[in-house]
Amino acid sequence: MSKLISLKDAVRTLIHDGDLLYASGFTHLIPFAAGHEIIRQGLRDLVLARATPDLIYDQMVAAGCARKVIFSYMGNPGVGSLRRVREAIEKGALDWEEYSHFSMISRLQAGASGLPFMPMKQTGAPDLVSHNQKYQRVTDPYTGEEVVVVPPLKPDVAIVHVQRSDAQGNAHVWGILGEQRLAAFAAQRVILTAEEIVDESVIRSDPNRTLIPALVVDAVCQVPYCAHPSYTQGYHDRDNEFYLAWDEISKSETSVRAYLDEWVFNLPDRKAYWEKLGPEVHQRLHAGKRLSQPVNYGDY
Amino acid sequence: MIGELTYNPKELMVVNASRLLRDRDVVFVGVGIPNLACNLAMRTHAPNLQMIYEAGVIGAQPSRLPLSIGDPSLVTGSLSVCSMYDVFTLYLQRGNVDVGFLGGAQIDQYGNINATVIGDYQHPKVRLPGSGGSMEIAAWANRCYIITPHQKRRFPARVDFHTSIGFLTGGDAREMTGVRGGGPQAVVTNLGLLQPDANGELVLTALHPGVTFEEVQENTGWPLKQSFDCEVTDPPNKEELRILREELDPQGIYI
Repeated sequence: MSKLISLKDAVRTLIHDGDLLYASGFTHLIPFAAGHEIIRQGLRDLVLARATPDLIYDQMVAAGCARKVIFSYMGNPGVGSLRRVREAIEKGALDWEEYSHFSMISRLQAGASGLPFMPMKQTGAPDLVSHNQKYQRVTDPYTGEEVVVVPPLKPDVAIVHVQRSDAQGNAHVWGILGEQRLAAFAAQRVILTAEEIVDESVIRSDPNRTLIPALVVDAVCQVPYCAHPSYTQGYHDRDNEFYLAWDEISKSETSVRAYLDEWVFNLPDRKAYWEKLGPEVHQRLHAGKRLSQPVNYGDY
Repeated sequence: MIGELTYNPKELMVVNASRLLRDRDVVFVGVGIPNLACNLAMRTHAPNLQMIYEAGVIGAQPSRLPLSIGDPSLVTGSLSVCSMYDVFTLYLQRGNVDVGFLGGAQIDQYGNINATVIGDYQHPKVRLPGSGGSMEIAAWANRCYIITPHQKRRFPARVDFHTSIGFLTGGDAREMTGVRGGGPQAVVTNLGLLQPDANGELVLTALHPGVTFEEVQENTGWPLKQSFDCEVTDPPNKEELRILREELDPQGIYI
């Protein structure tokens, strides 16, 4: 059964005010197009979870979509401060819940595996663990040693961007894998966005690359260049210039508002956004070609 | 043109950090100065260095200097790519990482690091990015190196918040927590090197050429001890500077 719908319809039918949302992707495959659609549709009171909130949540927080963020590194990667989220936290205008990368991912691992908690070895760092009551300690029944545990994270909705998927949502992913797979398995509902929709036979030609199976996917949306200014390995490069530019844009509410008007509210969709970026940016972000060697699965 | 023996503070830190790496070390690499230090070591005395990035890339051979920890150039041509859960469990928690690099807004007398908050946690005066991977790297890598400019505000006697630990309050405090790694082995700054003594207290073990003990003390927030065998570091040599300037960071992004 095909699950193909537009991103607009997927956001309208599958994301609701107040939902716990996980837009996945560690630096790679961040679904900015979905973030922009959520801003356009004016969703409110979302709890936004991501290891790195990145610019996508900075923009959503600035647009007033969020009541809380859950994160493990709140910075503009490689650039510095994530100014809108940071200012909202410093002002007391935004609730937050904080982890280390490993404990954040462990929460997803528990959620994705149907486990009541995940154990981790001690890190000895006392402060975060004492401020966040989700961290607990239990005794390992086999050695008697104490381990740190975190509960499952079960998002209401995950948005996962991939290189290619069939119409049912069986998806091939390559490059940095981050928490893509865990987010898809941990969430109650999954919106899959893909650069390309391919025939099921393409997926079946390389099953080891299928990290997300259709059985956990609710909607499949074809959204080329969904990840810009993040990137999609083999499709386009990361727009480091924009990450640097955002450091300036995000210094004031006025310039953020102007950005959102120009690049989100005044555009209908990602296609218009990509066209507006123009040929020079397209050329600068061209991925080039370096193909892997095919493997033989055998003909049995 | 900059001459052979003229170098800036960042080049000095990169070169000295690079010299701490050993051939065949498995290194958890961060972007910026640690990345430059690893690539420099690989091109000089440690050709078999294995670079692991927290995004899940093993054996990266980036063709350009990555701005972010998750750059696509890290993936192309690498040995292996795995999920984040795998990199933190199979590699780091399991004990397969020799060296971790750390930085932070504050480093204290016992090598504890604050990268989370200045002021009260619930009502932050300055909210910093937070742990990322550093809480686990500091605990579980066999050796950790900290690279930071030497300024008094960055070296308080006690950190406001323990994002990741060094030797806590000294003595056997770290050991008592049961963490597997050896903790910080050196802090590389633009003035010299600090290393833990038997009690876990950071003491001055090396000065960079032309720097005095008094200068380091002025920029350190606790009464600093100097080791009996305190050395003067060798200045960056011509080849190290050539590799840095011509091959690794020709656009001068980090140095």
